[in-house]
Order: sequence, then structure tokens, then C-alpha cells
Amino acid sequence: MKRTAQRLPHARVDPGKTLRFRFDGRTYEGVAGDSLASALLANGVGVVGRSFKLHRPRGVFGCGKEEANALVQLESGGYSEPNARATLVPLYEGLEARGQNAWPNVRSDVFGALGVFKRLLPASFYYKTFMWPNWQRWEGLVRRLAGLGIAPTSADPQKYLKQNVHADVVVVGAGRSGLEAALATSRDPACRVLLIDEQEEPGGGLLASPAAADRSWLEEALREVAARDNITLLCRTTVNGYYDNNVLAALERLSNHHGPAAGGAVRERFWRIFAGRVVLATGAIERPLVFPNNDRPGIMLASAVREYCHRYGLTLGERIVFYTNNDSAWRTALELVDAGVPVVAIIDLRPAVESELRQRAREAGIALHLGTVVTDTRGRSGLRRLVLHRLAGPGDALEAPAGTLDCDVLAMSGGWTPTVHLYSQSGGLLAYRDSDACFVPERAHQAVTAVGRANGEFAAPLNLQPQWLTPGVSAEHQWVDFQYDVTASDIQLAARENFVSVEHVKRYTTNGMSVDQGKTSNVNGLGILALATGRPIPEVGTTRFRPPYHPTSLGAYAGIELGALYTPFQQLPAHAAHVAAGALFEDYGAWQRPACYPRPGEEEEAAMAREARAVRSAVGLLDYSPLGKLEVRGPDAREFLNRMYLNNIRTLEVGAARYGLMLNEAGIVIDDGVVVCLARDHFLLHTTSGGATTIHQHLEEWLQCEWTDLEVIVGNATTQWATLMLSGPKARAVLAQLDGDIDVSREAFGHMQYREGRLLGQPCRILRASFTGEVSFEISVPANCGLSLWEALMQAGEPHGIVPFGIETLMLLRTEKGYPHVGADTDGNTMPQDLGWGGAVANKPDDFVGRRSLSQPVGSDPGRFQFTGLELLEADARTVSGAHILTADGESTAGYVTSAFHSPNLNRTVALGIVADARDRQGEEVTVFYAGQRQRARLIKPGVYDPAGEALNG
Amino acid sequence: MIRIECPWCGPRSEAEFTCGGQSHIVRPADPAAVSDREWAQYLYQRDNPKGLHYERWRHTFGCRQWFNVARDTVTHEIRAVYRMTDLKPAPGGEGV
Repeated sequence: MKRTAQRLPHARVDPGKTLRFRFDGRTYEGVAGDSLASALLANGVGVVGRSFKLHRPRGVFGCGKEEANALVQLESGGYSEPNARATLVPLYEGLEARGQNAWPNVRSDVFGALGVFKRLLPASFYYKTFMWPNWQRWEGLVRRLAGLGIAPTSADPQKYLKQNVHADVVVVGAGRSGLEAALATSRDPACRVLLIDEQEEPGGGLLASPAAADRSWLEEALREVAARDNITLLCRTTVNGYYDNNVLAALERLSNHHGPAAGGAVRERFWRIFAGRVVLATGAIERPLVFPNNDRPGIMLASAVREYCHRYGLTLGERIVFYTNNDSAWRTALELVDAGVPVVAIIDLRPAVESELRQRAREAGIALHLGTVVTDTRGRSGLRRLVLHRLAGPGDALEAPAGTLDCDVLAMSGGWTPTVHLYSQSGGLLAYRDSDACFVPERAHQAVTAVGRANGEFAAPLNLQPQWLTPGVSAEHQWVDFQYDVTASDIQLAARENFVSVEHVKRYTTNGMSVDQGKTSNVNGLGILALATGRPIPEVGTTRFRPPYHPTSLGAYAGIELGALYTPFQQLPAHAAHVAAGALFEDYGAWQRPACYPRPGEEEEAAMAREARAVRSAVGLLDYSPLGKLEVRGPDAREFLNRMYLNNIRTLEVGAARYGLMLNEAGIVIDDGVVVCLARDHFLLHTTSGGATTIHQHLEEWLQCEWTDLEVIVGNATTQWATLMLSGPKARAVLAQLDGDIDVSREAFGHMQYREGRLLGQPCRILRASFTGEVSFEISVPANCGLSLWEALMQAGEPHGIVPFGIETLMLLRTEKGYPHVGADTDGNTMPQDLGWGGAVANKPDDFVGRRSLSQPVGSDPGRFQFTGLELLEADARTVSGAHILTADGESTAGYVTSAFHSPNLNRTVALGIVADARDRQGEEVTVFYAGQRQRARLIKPGVYDPAGEALNG
Repeated sequence: MIRIECPWCGPRSEAEFTCGGQSHIVRPADPAAVSDREWAQYLYQRDNPKGLHYERWRHTFGCRQWFNVARDTVTHEIRAVYRMTDLKPAPGGEGV
């Protein structure tokens, strides 16, 4: 491969603007408009990578997304990107890249000798060769030796975005066909057209054309595109997926062409495209020919040689030879000669070629070798010589040696593969076309059309004669998939081992499974499999095309949803006061809530103990605002709630509150809370904090889908009210100090009663319920008054020793009292009888959701996990929620600890659990197992603090 | 991703909706009167057709309303959208 300082005059690069870059530790210069691949070729860098398995030296082979060899590790640290196709990386100042799978570098890889052992490494060798003593012994070594790029280990500092767009017509590909389609459909000014192209600039194949007519056509078309308001052109954008309902996914590379120097600019944007109609103008990819040692650096696709010449102005060799089975390469060769590039010969395996082409080639001074195949290539790190044989007939044996031919570049063409990936992903059917030996779109499943070469429409007939591999010579070194080192012999081996399905052969041989997903190898692989199994290609069929078409950065899928933006969060109305009080915040669902308020130097458990003692002995204040608040109203509200709750709602009086259990239709407890009767036809449901949204949806589903005759509306008022829980023996005294019109005396305001009025001049709702076991007032004021109420209560409470307490302290207090927390002390099987509510079910006269399921056999199964208290028998013993309760034989699990705290008020562990048949086994001893430790415990009635419940009425 | 014509909000992306499974399941009028087997059928037995499926969807991130959808499970084509209180349109009938 030759170093070309000068660029040909018709190139699309700017030779006046040089860019410095580094590859494998050496500094080079390219020019503006170069890709990394073209810049490497311009510098005569022949070896750019090492093959996946055998570490064979590899050079640039293609010019675009079909590139199979020039995979590089781009940049380093958080900017590192493995397997970047050098052909798709636009050159920028300061670019740094390294070759992959080589040590110390791709020029002198110490593992290059592995090729000698190829016989030991056939398809799926890891199932066969490295079996003694076991594969695991070898795995580490093989994984170090084989592979491509290295995944970055540090976080990606670059920004990514996601965006939706709707368009009437989406045109994928801005080559000639795509531009024509965009201009035609956009004639209707109401039609919004989105024109997408993956290259750095629009033009597609036209960018590689030297013809003046093509260039002026492109200029004119682009002027027209720019002039039309209803065309949006997205360049540097690859459509990667095509889904149902004409939804497409695309990745736009916004600042990759600046590299890390782009700074804070958004790197990539992930587009979700909603299309009315789709036009696929995705072109076609040239296929390599399969022959011995066809992977040597210097052997390239003819289309790539063409593009490097006319687009990048590179004369890649001093003796360029073409090898083909179709007419398109002849035209390419003639174009190159016109541009002054030295093409010395054309080898064509067809015995006869159209006379006009032959005539023009001879006039151009090109030697012709018809009916001839390449049977070997020579050269160390680059191509030096071809070995030729004459072919007896199509696909037939070799006839006679035809000498050798010296050359430094071989431009090959085995035909063209229309880029039908997106068409196939859309559900469209493909058909095999014999004349061009390729699959073309046959029948669309969605509103999609393929045009141009993507539809198998070639500018001129190919007159192709397929040759899937070279006959008469060993298939062992005839490469099919360059990226994964798959040879024709591997596919033949799979066929011999009786793999029939193309999907199986793909996975067994890994043909087409590398990062390019077989863009150049799939059809050749099918052809070889067809020959080996004696079936025609349509019968072999293709593997399924799946998204993404081209690898996509994981960062683009994440977009901005990272870190603090990963999920929305909610803060409490009095958040500022909690911060000032030194709260330890934790996430509870979407809410950021104080777990407790540790003082400086205080451990979390010590803080909880201090707060819990204060609530039991004086008074505490908790921001309880996430408490679910659903309002249910309407003439049928009472009837509706009576059907939704296990408890009798018919008898609930205005101003009174009642505990309620809610089941799903399978009889499983899904929520508990307090139902408050605000008026005869108006109820307030306090659900669990985590259940507000789901219980609202549950109620709505029954109203909208089942009982459409009931006149009821449900509203979720959870965040409209700030709710503060004032709890402890001094709670009443503190509340009475605040300016309000509600009589909070023991006589006027009993337990499970509800009052409305004004407090500090604001409307307020006060419920006396208790989750701590102490006298508690749950005081709700409009959300924006939450902070001032908090401050007023803390101030009023100061003389009484008030402390703020957090949600973990509340959990400790209710565990002391043995109050179950639905979702923590229940699981997906818990029925009311497991919580001790069997009697209430029996006493309720009416049906309610889930009732019938309770009397199914499962409801009385022995071994049901039932709610219970647990007393650890050893002094000072601790346990945690999640610890197992063992069966009598100690062999398996018969329950769990569901809540466990150290109680500062009882000075021992308090624990709750669900245990098999616990309600009939009270007093029995069980074994608690956690982290290898066994402890003895006794099943006891839940609630060891104030079992008589006297504190409630204090 | 499919697009669904919410009867109240118009065509929206599937991401805004929640599928509630098969629709037109009738709750026994007197649950206490049905056998264990019948109750289990009502709770758990669902059709799994290849082709037309009548199912209910909720516009969760929109109007939060439930409605019925007749969808082809092979093609994802939505053949009809109708309200919860509407009768099930017959296969091949008008609009389906």
C-alpha cells in the first residue's frame, strides 16, 4: 500500500487544511474531509487491526458501515469507544485511536503466530478443543487472546438526548434515490418530509462518483432540498430500528466529529420517529469474493477503492488489479483509469464478458484474465502477488494454473447486496433474485417502499455469475466473515455436522454475528451453506434482521435520565424545615422523606431510639404528608366503598373514621388505611403512602369497568394537603396552644374521630387515629401551609420536649405496637384471615371485592404464612427483616421476619413476621436463620408495648 | 410501538397506556352462589387468541379512562376502539 501525499484534484477533501492525529502511538497528518480510514490509507498504514481469533493482520477493506477490519479503539478514558469503524469516524484535530486485539500493537502483534494453529480453532472450537480437563481452565486464556475492542471502565462524561418527531414521509438515505423521493413527496407543501442520511454529508453513492453530471445533479438537488420548508434533513443520522406502526429509531451523531474537544456539547441524539409512510433508499453493499487468503491487507471492495479515489482523492496502489464476477467492477476500473489511477489488470471468473467493456478496458491498457480465479495471495503484511488458475466452467473445478500476477491492491466485487435490513425489520418479505444473486424486497407489511439499489434497481445490468467460494482448493483459508474469522471451511463443517437451519449455522460458526452483523458475509455464507447442503438459496433462507442496524451508544438510550434525573422525586411541604433539622433523607417511593433526625455524631439507630422515647414520654412531630388521601363522593359512594372494603362502611357515621382492609378480587390484602366519613355522600380514604396512586387506579378500574351504574367520583388529593402527625402523651397539650376553632379536649375529640375547622387561620382537617399507639392527631392543612404549621407546632411543643421524628422511627413505634404494615408484613399471598380478620369477614353481611376467593380451598390451606409477633429467646439477640423462620426439621423455610427493631422503650428486640400456621401455633418455639446464624424465638401475639392500648386514650 | 386512539384524547403513543388484559369478563352476580371452579374460571381463565382480541386499556398518562380495544394479536392492528359500556363489536362486523 502506497503513501499518497498528493490528493487527486477532483476529491471532496480540503488538502489545504491538515489535521494531526495519532494511531497506535504514532502521529500522522490527514486533511479536512478525511475519515480516519482514508487518512490512514493516505499515510500508507496498511495494517489497522488484528483478526478476532487468529490475530491475522488486517487492513481497511471497505469505505463505510460495511467495514469489517478497520475496527479501532477510539480515544480513551470516559471517551473511549471500542469497535469504532475507522471508515465512519470523521477525522478531527487531535484524534487518538488504537488498533484492537493486538499486543503491543497491530504492526507487530506477538500473537500473530496463532494463525499456525488454525486447525485447532475450527467453528465452535471452545466446545471441542479445550475440553481437557475442562473449558473453564482455558476460558480466561482464550478470552484474553480473542476479542475486539475493550469496553470503557470509566463513566462517559458526554451528553446524550432523546427526541420524538412526527413526519408524513420519512426517507432513509439521501443518495440519488432518496433525494428524488424526498423532492417528489415534498411537492405537496402540507407533506412533512424527514430526510435522513448516515454520512457526514448527503449524497450517498453520488459522493463517490467522478462524473461531472452526477456532481451537478447532487448540487442542484441539495439546493432544492434546502429551499423547501417542508423537508427536514438530518445528516450523520443512522436509522437503526424499524418497529410496528411505522415507528423508527435513529441515532444522530451531533458532535462526534469534534471528538472530546466538543466539550459540553450534546454528543448524540436518539430519535423516535413516527412516520406516516417510509421510503427506504438505503442503497446496496458490495460483496467480497471468497478465495484463499482473501483477508490480506490491500484486498478491498472495488466500491471502496472507487470511493477512496474519487471522494478522498487517494491512489491506493501502484499496481491495482480488479477481481470480479460482474460488470460493475469493470465500470469502476475504467473510471479509475480515467482519473489517472494505475489499474493493471482485471481478473473475471466469467469466461465471457460484454465486448464493449472488454474493448474499453483494452484501450485503457488493462490486461484481461477471463475465466480465471484467484487461488492464493502472497505478501507479508501487505499484498504482493496473486496466484491464478483458469476455471473449467462456472463453479467448476480448476483447469490449469494461469501464473501469478504482481499487485499491491486487489479491488474485488462479488456482486451487490441491497440493504434490506430495515425493510425486513418492518415485517416486509424478501425474495431471492437469481440473476443478481441477492435478496430484494418482495412484499411490504407496513406503509413502506424500497427504492433504488435497496430495491435491487441497479443503474446497469450486473450480468453476474455467482461463485460462493473458490472451487478446487482448500476452503480453510477462504474468509467469509472477516470480523469473526469465519472461513468457508467452518460453514462446510457445520453442514457436515448436520446443522441445517441457517439460524443454527449462524450461531455455530458465528458467521454474521460480529458488530457488523454480517453486512458483507451473510449472503456468501448462505451460498456456501446452500452448496454444502445441496439446496437452492431461497430454501436455505436468510437469518432474521434485527435492530439495531448499526451499534448504538448505550448513553443515547439513557439520554438525560441519569443520576438525579433518573426518576422524578417529590419533596415534602416542610422539606426546608427537615433539612434545617438535620434530617437523614431516604427515598420512599418517589418521596424523599426523613428517616430520622440524627444529631451531630449520633448513629441512625441512636437517633431513632431517642425519637421513639420522646414520642412515648412526651411528644413527637412527623411529616406524614405522603399519606394517601383519596376523596370519594357521590350518591353511591357509601355503597361503592362497602363493596371495596372488607369492613362494614354502611354503618360509618359522619365525623367518624374506621380502619379498613382492601383486597383484590383474588382475596389478597393490597392496602389498609382509615376510611373517614366527611358527609353522608363524601368519604376520605387514607391509604398507605406508597399505595395512593395504585389504590386510586384500583378504585377507578372497578368504577369504570365493572360498576358503571354507580354514581361516584374518586379524586386523589394526596399532594393538596400537608399532613403532620403530632403524637405522644403531650400531643393534645401542644395542639391546644395553637390558634384554632376545633375543640381537641379528650371529651370532645375521641379516638377515631374526625374534625374540620380552622387552624392558624387556614382550613384544616384533623383525624385522631394512631399508628404509634400514642394519642395522635393527623393534622392536614393546604400543602403550602405545611411549613408554617410545622414551625408553629415545633415552637408550641418546645416547652413539652417535642422532637421531630422520621419514618423509620414511626416503623419502630408501630412494630412495638404490633401494627402490621401492608406490603412489609404481608406478601402476595396474605389474606385477611392470615392477619386475624377472619371474624370480620364472617360478620359482614354484604359481598365485597375478593370475598368469594377467601372461601376457595387455598384460603384454608395448611401452611399459610400468617402474621405473628416474634420474641427472641436469647438476651440481647438481634434479628433483621428477611431472616428465615425454619421448618421443624430445620431444612427449609416456613416463614420470614418481616419487621425487626431494637426497642428503646422495652430495651430488647421487637419483631414481627409471617410464619406457617402461626395463628394456631402461638407460644411455640421456632428457629430463626439469618446469614448462617440460628436463633431461638417464640411465636407471640403481636404488640408487646402497652398491649392493653391504654396510651391511646391518654 | 403501537399508537392507540384514545376515545377522549385522540391518537397517542402506546407508552401512555396500560393494557388491562381481556375485556368483557362478567363478574358473577352472586359470587357466593357460584362453585369454586366457576369462580376460578372468572378469576384466571383468559383467552389467548391468535388474531382478534378484545381487551381493555387505560390511558394512564393522560385522561386515566378505561376503554375497549379490538386488536389483532398477530399484526397489532387495532380494529376498533369503543367505550366500556359499548357492546362488543362482532368480528368482521362494522368497524372491526
